[in-house]
Amino acid sequence: MRVDDSLVIERRAVISGAGQSDIGRRLYRDPLELTLDACLVAIADAGLTTADIDGVATYPGPMDVPPGFSGAGVVDVQDALRLELGWWSGGIESPGQLGSVINACLAVAAGLATHVLCFRSVWEGSAQGDKGRAGVMGGGGGGYRASGFMEWTMPFAAPSAAIWIAMMAERHFHEYGTTREQMAQIALNARKNAGVNPNAIYRDPMTMEDYLNVRMISSPLCLYDCDVPCDGATAVIVSHADTVADLRKPGIQVEAVGTALRGRPSWDQFDDLTTMANRDAGAQLWTRTDLKPSDVQLAEMYDGFSFITMTWLEAMGFCGKGESGPFIEGGERIARDGVLPLNTHGGQLSAGRLHGYGFLHEACVQLWGEAGERQVPGDPEVGVAAAGGGPLAGALLLTRRR
Amino acid sequence: MTAMRFDLPTPDLETEPFWDAAKEERLLIKHCNACGKYHFYPRPFCPYCWSDDVEWFEASGRATLYTWSVVHRNDLPPFPEWLPYVAAIAELEEGPRMMTNVVQCEFDQLEIGMALEAVYYPTSEDVTIVQFRPRPASS
Ligand SMILES: [Zn+2]
Repeated sequence: MRVDDSLVIERRAVISGAGQSDIGRRLYRDPLELTLDACLVAIADAGLTTADIDGVATYPGPMDVPPGFSGAGVVDVQDALRLELGWWSGGIESPGQLGSVINACLAVAAGLATHVLCFRSVWEGSAQGDKGRAGVMGGGGGGYRASGFMEWTMPFAAPSAAIWIAMMAERHFHEYGTTREQMAQIALNARKNAGVNPNAIYRDPMTMEDYLNVRMISSPLCLYDCDVPCDGATAVIVSHADTVADLRKPGIQVEAVGTALRGRPSWDQFDDLTTMANRDAGAQLWTRTDLKPSDVQLAEMYDGFSFITMTWLEAMGFCGKGESGPFIEGGERIARDGVLPLNTHGGQLSAGRLHGYGFLHEACVQLWGEAGERQVPGDPEVGVAAAGGGPLAGALLLTRRR
Repeated sequence: MTAMRFDLPTPDLETEPFWDAAKEERLLIKHCNACGKYHFYPRPFCPYCWSDDVEWFEASGRATLYTWSVVHRNDLPPFPEWLPYVAAIAELEEGPRMMTNVVQCEFDQLEIGMALEAVYYPTSEDVTIVQFRPRPASS
């Protein structure tokens, strides 16, 4: 059922600026400094100053464990930039990483703030050092006892999202005949796009043979199906649509958002484990707009593991349920000159695990026509940014204002 | 000091009966007397109808394989000693699914939908986990 337009208040928000810090595998820089770099670039990009910023939103807020997962919280940034805030919010319980941006849209619509600085910063590359993710889990020191949901995963040797997503992928392969060669296109497409993104981490060409021969992590996921921990920060400014005349460049209209979570938020009890919350968030988004999936000219969608992007393609209605394998087969449809250019910056698989915000940043840059060598041809006006996997999912439909 | 490990659960009042039963090679799940459904993992309220009239039920241990993954990389002790091993979600005959492992099965024999039966594996003096192996057609 179509939601009445008067209720779609996210449409009173625009994205007015975007910025990133240096991005690298391991920068060994103060994560707050990286965060501020991104924030200041985004504020200037919008044609604003710190005095104009009266709201801040972030994901996940300050966290010590796992190390590197959070580079700064709201109050760190509020203090460092001496911001005077009418509204702020940070936290990990939201519809994915972009839930924080959606919160900001609702806050400006409610008149609690006019220009909200939204950021996400990570330093997982440096924090993990050379020890890999084991070093991260052991980072707390001392013992560890699994409790809560983990009481039903850790003792059974299923401690990580890599394993849970691998099992979802295997189920999808079984139900729909999906193949590794099809799934490979997510990774190959990302690497191809990273090749023309100077800020991407892995830019060397990758072939199908490389993909099929690299070591398995958790079948059917191989090394190239897993994203790359890195250091870096991303920021965007969400502004009230009434301010567009004051902005340096055309605001990007937030046309509609999706935030739903209807099934059980569980990696084993969810009703259909070939998908998860993105199914609900995607369906909800299309009840809030007259635009259709076929109107979308580019999609920047979460690839913490390549299979997650396939579930987003289905969740957003870019292909039918179970049809993401044939949809991406050969890679033509999702290439930069295809019907649905996908993860045009290289995704988290090749451009680095900026954790959700990288997709929104890229969607904005593309809609502003500022993507340089990797610019999607045809002057695109409609894009999707979507982030999250498993029980986390949030999506934004964006249009360039004329 | 014993080596750090990540596989030991923290039983609480709600979950202790499950772990106690596993040591006796029994698989306990919860049954709701109000709606008749079974659930896992154990909750004080039924996740389907919110009734608190739930009680422990000894499952048959018969299951089918819902999905699986051969794990080749897991840095957390003690799992590196297990590699490669099969992580799995088993769908119990009673309905709920559980994360588990499939053992006593060649990797190339794994097939979604295959019949499984519970086996019990002590991972420490105090803790026994429920795993599954292929179930012969006759049982
Ligand atoms: Zn019930």
